[in-house]
Amino acid sequence: MRIGIDVGGTNTDAVLIDGTTVLATHKSPTTVDVTAGIVEALAALQDQHPFEPTAIRGVMIGTTHFINALIEGARLTPTAALRLGLPATASLPPLVDWPDRLVTAIHGRAYLAHGGHEFDGRHIAELDTDELRRHASDMAAHGIRSIAISSVFSPVNNEFENEAAQILTDELGEDIAISLSHEIGRIGLLERENATIINAALRELASSIVDGLASSISGHGITAPLYLSQNDGTLMDVEYARRYPVATFASGPTNSMRGAALLSGVDTCAVVDVGGTTSDIGVLTAGFPREATTEIHVAGIRTNFRMPDVLSIGIGGGSHVLQDGDDVTVGPRSVGHNLSREARIFGGPVLTASDVAVAAGLADFGDPRAVEDLAPGLVKAALQRISNDVADGIERMRTSPEPLPVVAVGGGSILLSDELPGCGEVRRPEHFAVANAIGAAIAQVGGEVDRVYAIEPGRRESVIDEARQEAIDRAVAAGADPSAVEIVDFDEVPLPYLPGNATRVRCKAVGDLSLEQ
Amino acid sequence: MGDVLTADDMEPLARGAALLGAGGGGDPYIGALMARRALQAQGPVDIVSVEDVPDDAVVFPVAMMGAPTVMVEKLPSIQQVTAAVDALAGHLDRTPTHVACIEAGGVNSTIPIVAAAALGLPLVDGDGMGRAFPELQMALPALSGVMVSPLAISDDKGNIGILETVSNIWAERLARTATVEMGCSSIVSLFAMSGTQVRECFVPATLSGCVRLGRSIERARTFESDMSPVATVLEQMSAQLLITGKVVDIVRRTVSGFARGEARVEGAGDISDGPLILHFQNEHLIAQRGNRILATTPDLILVVDKDTGEPITTEALRFGHRVAVLAASAHPRWHTPDAIKLVGPKYFGYDTDPVTATRPKNQEMS
Repeated sequence: MRIGIDVGGTNTDAVLIDGTTVLATHKSPTTVDVTAGIVEALAALQDQHPFEPTAIRGVMIGTTHFINALIEGARLTPTAALRLGLPATASLPPLVDWPDRLVTAIHGRAYLAHGGHEFDGRHIAELDTDELRRHASDMAAHGIRSIAISSVFSPVNNEFENEAAQILTDELGEDIAISLSHEIGRIGLLERENATIINAALRELASSIVDGLASSISGHGITAPLYLSQNDGTLMDVEYARRYPVATFASGPTNSMRGAALLSGVDTCAVVDVGGTTSDIGVLTAGFPREATTEIHVAGIRTNFRMPDVLSIGIGGGSHVLQDGDDVTVGPRSVGHNLSREARIFGGPVLTASDVAVAAGLADFGDPRAVEDLAPGLVKAALQRISNDVADGIERMRTSPEPLPVVAVGGGSILLSDELPGCGEVRRPEHFAVANAIGAAIAQVGGEVDRVYAIEPGRRESVIDEARQEAIDRAVAAGADPSAVEIVDFDEVPLPYLPGNATRVRCKAVGDLSLEQ
Repeated sequence: MGDVLTADDMEPLARGAALLGAGGGGDPYIGALMARRALQAQGPVDIVSVEDVPDDAVVFPVAMMGAPTVMVEKLPSIQQVTAAVDALAGHLDRTPTHVACIEAGGVNSTIPIVAAAALGLPLVDGDGMGRAFPELQMALPALSGVMVSPLAISDDKGNIGILETVSNIWAERLARTATVEMGCSSIVSLFAMSGTQVRECFVPATLSGCVRLGRSIERARTFESDMSPVATVLEQMSAQLLITGKVVDIVRRTVSGFARGEARVEGAGDISDGPLILHFQNEHLIAQRGNRILATTPDLILVVDKDTGEPITTEALRFGHRVAVLAASAHPRWHTPDAIKLVGPKYFGYDTDPVTATRPKNQEMS
């Protein structure tokens, strides 16, 4: 048996599952004292389906703590950003494009030092130990407790980041938290560095949260290991979570997609979450969300760490419905949070998608009399439009011409017809309310390689083998059962305008946790 | 004109310049960030329209050379940009009166702004291509007899080179070799010319045009205008729509260091003509449907997101993208026989005669 818990901003969801069978579920408002909330959730699961605490093989927790702490600018560690790249890169120092508010919140200090690599692995400059020691003493003088180290082209060669980390640890002691950019992001110095700085600023919070979670589990007599869910749908153990809190940022949407897929019995599908203003569409391939390839802004900061690729289209329960002759449009404008004031069924002036749903008898809320006068043709055309636009969005997210099952979730999913044009039947799983927690509970562990290789003629096969083996080794190091690790994603893209067949290779391996008890 | 470029213009300029990149030219984000910082520190840069550049002006274009992928990792510095201009000035023993842009498509729209701000010089509102091309000699000044060299090249470490070459091809070849040794990213100042020559060979008003284009797209995206982003691009670039559809197949292979690719775009409604085939290298070069060639280099082939109008680079293009493919006329001088030898389909290895996109009413971006 496993326990999955999703601590969201509003609700804490918990499930007890055996294999893929849901034995007990619990939903409660998230408490300020998260530990107390988890203790309560465990007790509630125990009530519904009594279990031996020692029979639990793993506890998987998804949490929004870290992204919320960043957005609120609260509980962040005083952080230094050290970049190795001089004499290059000086005109755009670390923290350059950050909102002032967040630089203040992390007491951010930027340092530049010599080092870094060229695209082909040559050194831009050698590390300067004295320079790093001087920076270290300045960091100490300013109360820095966490350091983000980035080095130019560290995804090609990470030696300087590792060496600088050792020098800083020697100077500042083992207690200084160090985050290395090559372990967090990909090519794109500023974006990778930003993600690393965010990670560094969350390190102390990560330790205290992880400690709190671990003690609430062991307090219940559970001896099984604790795991946290990551953005890509895989798990990390607590030691990893202390060091890489940034990897939890998008675990909420990922877990909910994966949980919805499991509940509907398909592991390759499009998941549509219809909310108030938008419909968010993600695609799972063999149970894992496809990752975004573009930069992502988090709390106003441009980053490039791995996040699920989610397409938001402007259709939700609050979308404006407009008629212009025969043409009916829905969204992208929306009344958003003001649905209960502005929609017709709530006495407001705006015709919204929710009004149409009530008029069509798909939903029962507000005052149905307010929409009695709507022309049936308009209602039908609006619903058709919604289905067409969502189907179009799904179509856009597909990665191959194969048919893709569609799973619909979220309060607004009543707006979708049971068949979407070109997509077939829409599946609507029942337990969706706790899909987040289920997604956490079923997660596996993985390892990934994302690196630029200069592929010499005739060497392509061996480079690919090397990348695959490294991804597998990383998955095993993360706790995967070596006999069950598979490559689930592989991609190679030649980089434009570069000589020497420089190619970016991404490879991801995933396997079941080896739970030994 | 008495106009200026300010820090707030950089985001729209980058958006417009990415479109002129025609699939290449690199992501202008880093350049725009550098330019924004330089403008914040030094104040706005004066921009001078092509017709207002004095005959005897000493105009130094400046550009980044190498791989944009390197530039987003090994960020160039302002000193590196000014070093190339200073070195060329020292070599020629001439003091530049204006800085200029040689390639308005992509990241090279912003590098001259960094230079102009840092050097306190006015910037010519125009460029030498009106788009992006991958090699130094592929610029309109070359067609008017302005030589690429003398050329100054600078790197991040402080290395500076001066090239005096016997031909433009040699300038490209030697500067390319130096750039690779410099880590695949360098700054070059080249094509030094007089105001008279600027008027003869520049595409006018491209920088202010990029700002205007970028702002219009932003208004379209935030519903402040009645037009969709794609309709905005079509109107402002006097472009024609070749297809709206979905990328259903994409193949990339590397041939002697050049990434070559083909993408198939299937139309949403009318499919009787079959899919549109895009041939691309660093930029989009040919669009064809069946045996019919619809557009070729030197005209601009743009692939944009069908909803947001965001240009999609050749590197980022992938299966499932919903795109609009547009063709816009290049500057008419690009269609002369000499120009076709320089940048026509055959130069890029395609056995195809150039097709001229339907000539729009007005040649320049309005």
